[in-house]
This record gives sequence, C-alpha cells and structure tokens, in this order.
Amino acid sequence: MGFSEYVLPILLGIFAGTVARLYMLRIDYRQYPSYPHGYTIHLTMGFIAAALGAVAIPALLETDFVAVTFLGLAAQQFRDIRNIERQSLKEMEATELVPRGEAYIEGIARVFEARNYLAMLIGLLTSAAVQFSPWSAVNLKVLSGGIIGVIAALILNQGMRGLRVGDICTVRAVEIRFDGPLLCVDDVVLMNVGLKEAQKTFLCHGLGAILKPIDDNARETLGNIGQRQAILHDVASLLGTRLDVGEKDFTPIARRDLKTGRIAMVIVPIEPDIEALIETINRVPLLETSRRKPLSSKAGRAAAD
Amino acid sequence: MSDITIKESILAVITVNRDSVGGGGAPIFYAMDQDEQSKISLYLARILNGMVHDLGNGVYIIVKH
Repeated sequence: MGFSEYVLPILLGIFAGTVARLYMLRIDYRQYPSYPHGYTIHLTMGFIAAALGAVAIPALLETDFVAVTFLGLAAQQFRDIRNIERQSLKEMEATELVPRGEAYIEGIARVFEARNYLAMLIGLLTSAAVQFSPWSAVNLKVLSGGIIGVIAALILNQGMRGLRVGDICTVRAVEIRFDGPLLCVDDVVLMNVGLKEAQKTFLCHGLGAILKPIDDNARETLGNIGQRQAILHDVASLLGTRLDVGEKDFTPIARRDLKTGRIAMVIVPIEPDIEALIETINRVPLLETSRRKPLSSKAGRAAAD
Repeated sequence: MSDITIKESILAVITVNRDSVGGGGAPIFYAMDQDEQSKISLYLARILNGMVHDLGNGVYIIVKH
C-alpha cells in the first residue's frame, strides 16, 4: 500500500474538519466577538485537529497503531485551548461594563475546547467514508466523503447547540415601580436607589422583565448566579447600557423572588426596545455548568409536589 | 498591580438630619436641604464609583458594590 492511496481520504478529512470548524465559528460570533485574530487561532487549531482525525484511519490501515497515541497528545493540546480562552476572557473581565461572570467564561472556554474535538471527529469520519467507500471512482469517493462529512457536522452541531434560557422559562415585560427608594419589578425588590434623578431615569428609560421558570429544574438553574450574570451580560452587550466608570447607578440587576424562584431583572438600555429585550433573554445560552436537575432525583420529585 | 478598593461598606454618609447619624468610621457630610443632599451624594457617588442608597430617614449612604 502506497502513500498516494491515502492522499484523497486525508485531504478530504482535513478539508471537511476545517470547514466544519469555520462553520462553528460563524454561528457564535455573538458569544465571543474578536474577529480576525481569534478566527486565525481557532481555524489553525481546527485544521490541526482535522488533520489528526483524518490520518487516524490510514495510520491504522498501515498497522501503525502507535499513531493513535497522537490523538491522546492532541487532546492534551486542546485542553490548553480551554485554559487559554478562560485566561484571556478572565483578564478582559475587568474591562467589561457588565462582566460575563465566571460561569459564562467557563462555558465559552469549554465550547472552544469541544469544537476542536468535533473538528477531529468530522475529519476522522470523512476520511473513513472516503477510505471505505464501496465505489472505486474518485468522484464517487469524494461524494461519499462529502455526504458523511456534512451529515456529521450537522448532527454534531445540532447536538452541541444546547438549550437556551427561553426554553426553560417564560419571559414577560413588567413595569418598573418605586416603593420609596426601593426599586421593584412586580413584587420583587431589586435594590435601593437613593437619588431622585436616578429614580426618574429608571422610570423613563428602564425596562423590567420577569422570568418565570417552567418547572423545578428551571427554577434551580435560573437561581444560579452565573446564569443570571450571563443573561445580564448578553442583554447589556446587545441593547447597550447606561453605564460607565463612575456611573454605576444603572447597573443591570437580576434578583430572585424567594417565594417562587422567579427572576426579576431590570436594565436601563440605550435602546429601550422591550421586544428586543425579551428576544435577547430568550436566546441567552443555558450554561452547562449552571444546570440543575432536582426533578431527576427521587427527593427532588417528592419535594416538588 | 491590582487595585485595592473597599466594597460593600459605607464609604460616606450624607444627611440633613444631624440627630440620626453619629460615631462610626465613614465620613459624614451635613447638607442644608434635600437639594444639596442630592447634589453632594451624586458627586460623591461619581468620585467614589459607588451607588447612592436612601435609608428613608433623611440619610443617604454611598456604597460601592
């Protein structure tokens, strides 16, 4: 068996994995907007991952079993990606008007690591499809590789998409009111605003929303502080926020209704569009690390009724 | 070098009512009337990077969160 026989599966595997990585980058510009250089870093890593995945099958066919250990080495490298992402986002945290919060950062870092494994897997599946294609004609081999690659990318991507906040709660707009100096949304007290001017701004420009969890799992998930901070960060970065250094009066805030676990939140956006606010909240990703499932346990179910 | 700030602590007290404050660690600012109280509070909040809270008895405090 010669080298030339493996050129096609390897090349196609690398190509499919890299394109898949590019596709995955495209769909999450919102989470982590640092275009050109970020793209370069992740595309390069995606290329390497895809190459490692693509050579695995040819290496095995050549009975070069040691080559598989390279996959282990790759896993080590990609774990560093998570560290790098976490570190750089953490360093940026001090410069954010509304911080992402540790949980959101951890979530993003995890996603970046996992996507390299996906690129590797897609590279492997594509090269396997070309290698083991029942047809001998080159174009049919390419076709089978392409089909398997696209299907794998779509399935994996869909599987990794995860839930959004809108899937576990209903969001509705609520009027902001003041009880003396206390800022209230519905019957939840959010904070004490001393200045009359600030109170007026809240009443004129502020938007309030109530997030009502659909079940006990949702209630505990929304209770997580990291998840709430992620919501505030996304809302503030999409609608703008009336904040600056030294101007902390209008810090967006989300507090829990202790009786029911509903979340009340308020923000003073630069674009006061309530529809956009609800849409934004609905689309905030549900953080893996914040998810709680009390209903999956016997005690949790017993407590629920 | 990391900055050191005092958080979740009363940084300043602004009052129109001399009888309702006293002692304590935070500096107390006496205002003539409510307008002046609001103005001083706003300035201090901006300078200290904090928020103004109303205790309801004519006393405002500045706290950094």
